[in-house]
Amino acid sequence: MTNLLLEWLIKTIIILLILLTAVAYVTLMERKVMAWIQLRVGPNRVGLGKFRLWGLMQPLADALKMIFKEDIVPIQANYWLYIAAPALSLIPALMTFIVIPYGSTITLFNRTIELHVTRMNVGLLYVLALTSVGVYGIVLAGWSSNNKYSLMGGLRSSAQMISYELALGLSIVCVLLYAGTLDLVDIVNAQNGFHGLAWNVFRYPLLIPVFIIFYIASLAETNRTPFDLPEADSELVAGYHTEYSSMKFVMFQMAEYLNLITASSISTTLFFGGWNGPFVGRAPYLGPVYFMIKVLGLIFLAMWIRYTVPRFRYDQLMRFGWKFLLPAAIVNIIISSTVLLFRP
Amino acid sequence: MQAEKALFIVFAVIAVASALNILLQRNPLYSALSLIGTLLALSALYVMLRGQFIAALQIVVYAGAIMVLFVFVIMLLNQPKDQPQIEKQKGLRYLAIPLAGLMIAEMFYVLRPIHLSTLPADQSVGTTWSIGTALFTDYLLPFEVTSVLILMAVVGAMVLARREGD
Repeated sequence: MTNLLLEWLIKTIIILLILLTAVAYVTLMERKVMAWIQLRVGPNRVGLGKFRLWGLMQPLADALKMIFKEDIVPIQANYWLYIAAPALSLIPALMTFIVIPYGSTITLFNRTIELHVTRMNVGLLYVLALTSVGVYGIVLAGWSSNNKYSLMGGLRSSAQMISYELALGLSIVCVLLYAGTLDLVDIVNAQNGFHGLAWNVFRYPLLIPVFIIFYIASLAETNRTPFDLPEADSELVAGYHTEYSSMKFVMFQMAEYLNLITASSISTTLFFGGWNGPFVGRAPYLGPVYFMIKVLGLIFLAMWIRYTVPRFRYDQLMRFGWKFLLPAAIVNIIISSTVLLFRP
Repeated sequence: MQAEKALFIVFAVIAVASALNILLQRNPLYSALSLIGTLLALSALYVMLRGQFIAALQIVVYAGAIMVLFVFVIMLLNQPKDQPQIEKQKGLRYLAIPLAGLMIAEMFYVLRPIHLSTLPADQSVGTTWSIGTALFTDYLLPFEVTSVLILMAVVGAMVLARREGD
């Protein structure tokens, strides 16, 4: 029992550290990709002493700068909610990752260690629950700042997240129909066959449109362009975090990038076989590597979309969510369940 | 077992305290947030009763969807100070105490025959599989009737909310 608790603790801490580092470097990746798409160089100065290291130390410099910024709380703001809001959006974003499997089992110090923090038979619902709770951070930030731009951003965000959550949930239902379980570990293990290439998108090609719906909906859930209306800078200054500065502002940014990482990880798990890949049965250490490559690919896709597609107008966003994405998800459920009904 | 009991006490205290806070707060937004606290604590208690599915649904549906709409509306109405105190019918206040007493008595009357018993710890009782099987076999008719009822409510809400001339 104590051993198990210790194992959980160690895994949680490692995952936490990896996630926080990943968030820092995803910001650098975002700036580099943006620069590359816009034919610029991007941050390339900050290195160690004389060595520039392609700007690899930039996140560290950014973090230092943000910590030393003045922490401002507006006088008219609702003090406690204003302080609680960044935490309320960061904590659910961090909690999601414990159910995502990032490898099979490895043997370390004579112990078999399963490469996921925990598993539960309602894993996917747990992820959905945390996504829906994550809205509160943004909504409360918008309300407690006592600023019209913040309030508008918060309202837009909650409306958008409620609308796209439906399409997200219904596209997950399609995967569940094929997988027959809500446990993410089982879903990944089922994609292990055929030299680790029996990924859901290869085995069931009908899931490809479902993946597209899921991906669009998760872009909207993570407030990324072309769905970044909650923080549309040309209309709302910065949306719900207009009044925030210093580390509180960073916490919102971190939550946003964490949500992007989580969304990509869930896509990988549900559609692209999680940690599965060639030779992973013989060398289990390849699992986390494959997982990371796939997640990075999906993150890159999100960035590519961000710097290619212009922002939606608000009514277009709502119309697209309710009148196209949701019916498309329902049609996919009907097709998938019909196919499953007639298959032996 | 001890740890389980301690966790139960923690979550039960959170649930009851935030339930009380709903009533005691003047600001409707704080009340709504306390209600979310109650819902989350209840969901933790469901997990301890091995009702993982219900626990997850509790958060997805109530804390995640319905309460967001509550908070949304409260935020749009915003200032509670602007609204006049609803104290027009003072007589109702004196009627409230006997009515509340009546309701508590009724509750005790209904709960009287239920004996406190320990349920057998069935591992599979709260899983998605068992609930789905129960809903689509033994309780199929109530389940379908409820879905029709909800559909009617949705259509009704749309008719009521529609503006003239749209």
